[in-house]
Amino acid sequence: MSTESKFGEYGGQYVPEALMPAIEELTDAYERYVRNNEDGFMDEFRERLADFGGRPMPLQRADQLSARYDTEVYLKREDLLHGGAHKLNNALGQVLLAKYMGKERIIAETGAGQHGTATAMAAAHLDMPCEIYMGETDIARQRPNVFRIRINGAEVNPVTAGRGTLKEAISETMRDWSQSVENTHYVIGSVVGPAPFPAMVRDFQSVISAEAREQIQEKYGDLPDSVLACAGGGSNTMGTFSEFVDDESVGLYAVEAGGSSLAVDENAGVAPNSATLSTGDEGVLHGARTKLLQDTDGQIMESHSISAGLDYAGVGPELAYLVDENRVEAVNIGDDAALTAFHRLSQDEGIIPALETAHAFGYLEQHHDSLGDCVIVNVSGRGDKDLETVIEETENRDLPIAPDMSLFRTLGGGPQ
Amino acid sequence: MSLEKAFADEPAFVPYLAVGDPTYEQSLAYVEALADGGADVIELGLPFSEPIAEGPTIQEAIVRALDGGMTPDRFFEFVEELDVDVPLVCMTYYNLIYQYGEGVGAPADAPRPFVKRAAEAGIAGFVVPDLPPEEADPLREACDEFGLDLVFIVAPTTKGERLETMQELVSGYVYVQARLGTTGAREDVSDQTDQSLARVADWDVPKAVGFGIKTGEHAERIIRAGADGVIVGSALVDIVAAGHEQGEDTAVVADQLREKAAELKDGALAGAAARSQSS
Repeated sequence: MSTESKFGEYGGQYVPEALMPAIEELTDAYERYVRNNEDGFMDEFRERLADFGGRPMPLQRADQLSARYDTEVYLKREDLLHGGAHKLNNALGQVLLAKYMGKERIIAETGAGQHGTATAMAAAHLDMPCEIYMGETDIARQRPNVFRIRINGAEVNPVTAGRGTLKEAISETMRDWSQSVENTHYVIGSVVGPAPFPAMVRDFQSVISAEAREQIQEKYGDLPDSVLACAGGGSNTMGTFSEFVDDESVGLYAVEAGGSSLAVDENAGVAPNSATLSTGDEGVLHGARTKLLQDTDGQIMESHSISAGLDYAGVGPELAYLVDENRVEAVNIGDDAALTAFHRLSQDEGIIPALETAHAFGYLEQHHDSLGDCVIVNVSGRGDKDLETVIEETENRDLPIAPDMSLFRTLGGGPQ
Repeated sequence: MSLEKAFADEPAFVPYLAVGDPTYEQSLAYVEALADGGADVIELGLPFSEPIAEGPTIQEAIVRALDGGMTPDRFFEFVEELDVDVPLVCMTYYNLIYQYGEGVGAPADAPRPFVKRAAEAGIAGFVVPDLPPEEADPLREACDEFGLDLVFIVAPTTKGERLETMQELVSGYVYVQARLGTTGAREDVSDQTDQSLARVADWDVPKAVGFGIKTGEHAERIIRAGADGVIVGSALVDIVAAGHEQGEDTAVVADQLREKAAELKDGALAGAAARSQSS
């Protein structure tokens, strides 16, 4: 792994001048505390991940799925991490780093609300004031997480610009940071943004693959043939892949949201998907050169996915680079298949996954024949936050696997 | 006329408007009104969908312009159609510069096609808020090839080696950011201005101060502090926004802009007069 600011042509630091000193200060802190464990930073981080976060997370054999697909399927249970998703690994690392840097205030953006929740929890745990920027659309579809953020004592600042999703929230948080850099740390939620964020967030998340790589050798006696993770911005993806990148025999599959269609409506400025790695073009967004969903002029498209956490028009620069280098295969799964996989995992294994996570299982369902004898799938988060969406979207579709949703109507528990 | 010359004889008034806000035709009238009112250089904003350096005022102007159908090609047509005789600077974000050219995706020789087209249209230089000097070599090269200037923004936090790199790469003028934060008109003018100006005092390009300047008095104070020019954006965009919301005639809004421009230019001149008296 490296701390470099560029991954091939990708990465870099395309930010307003006012942010550059903060970026330089952060780069220095990242080198000292994260890379070189100065003042025992990494020791304290690991201890807090264990005591507060509950690490290590199990690697569990999925008995029913293994039988169904005639493949050894192992689940990396990040859904069991405190907060219900992998996001705490990064949020706790960055809030702790902010403390070591002497910052007094935390800001963050959030899409699905998972990163906002994790940051609010970490900030409460470490006694730091915290404000979360969240798009209005996301606030409406992720209400439970909004409440969790507030209950943890953080502010939620609604973002009304654009379509009110993750990219607008990131822009707004950068604006806040550009006037508050001296005492504020911006806890970015994915492996995106200007250097050193992509490398630093990957390092905090790489605990996922560090554990999984050891666990699979204990349980299965060998490395897996394939590793699957869903990909939006790419933090769980890079965390799940990073320790396997040098194992050339291990296939790495980044499963993006195919949404309702991979086609693009240029006139409306809308891509009804978030398949940036599969269909995007190189460009510059939010501080980094990477692959983007954009029109021919370079205006950023509104992306779409049934899952708010994958709904982003950019992707981490290192992931874009690994795809170009043919080390990571970019694949995608549409809304329908993701929803089917959501029900499959819930019914077969008793694990209700986040809709983001369900995309990885959608790929497993469709392509298990070509993934080898042993597959690890990262269960990046649990699905409690998505139940309202799932009930609504399942009712709108004729999915053979879905339970009879009329129950919700007769009990008065669902949309009429 | 070159950018630098626009600052030579007297303090320059440098207004900004987002091109196409709220429509192409209205925007033409508004920019021409600023020139009538005494603008020495005009910064023309080419709207980008993710303007991370802008505050709410200019962000909303950009949304109105994009909704009105503004694109890079329409922007260049606009520049060609404008009837003003002051140098024009294009202010935009790097992705639009980088993507410009034939077909899908960035052209192999990006950002050259954008700079070439800008030069043909009559643009004199660029301000690119998300392009720090570390990433600016390709754009600087293309600017050199076509004889365009590349303006950098010096923030209150810019120091040391980065300041030196900028000094090497800058041409036209240096945009001195008066305070931290995004663009937007404020009631007070920051004390950070004096310190910021001091840090670029030995640069051989004109120093224009921007961020938060709203009135003739502000302009006077900035010029008295030693600046060669004042950059004003949000206070002018506010006039466009109010006119749009109230459904005012284009001519009425243009008159308001002309008057505001004259107030700011007069303030700058008064600042210069006060400076020469005290020296």
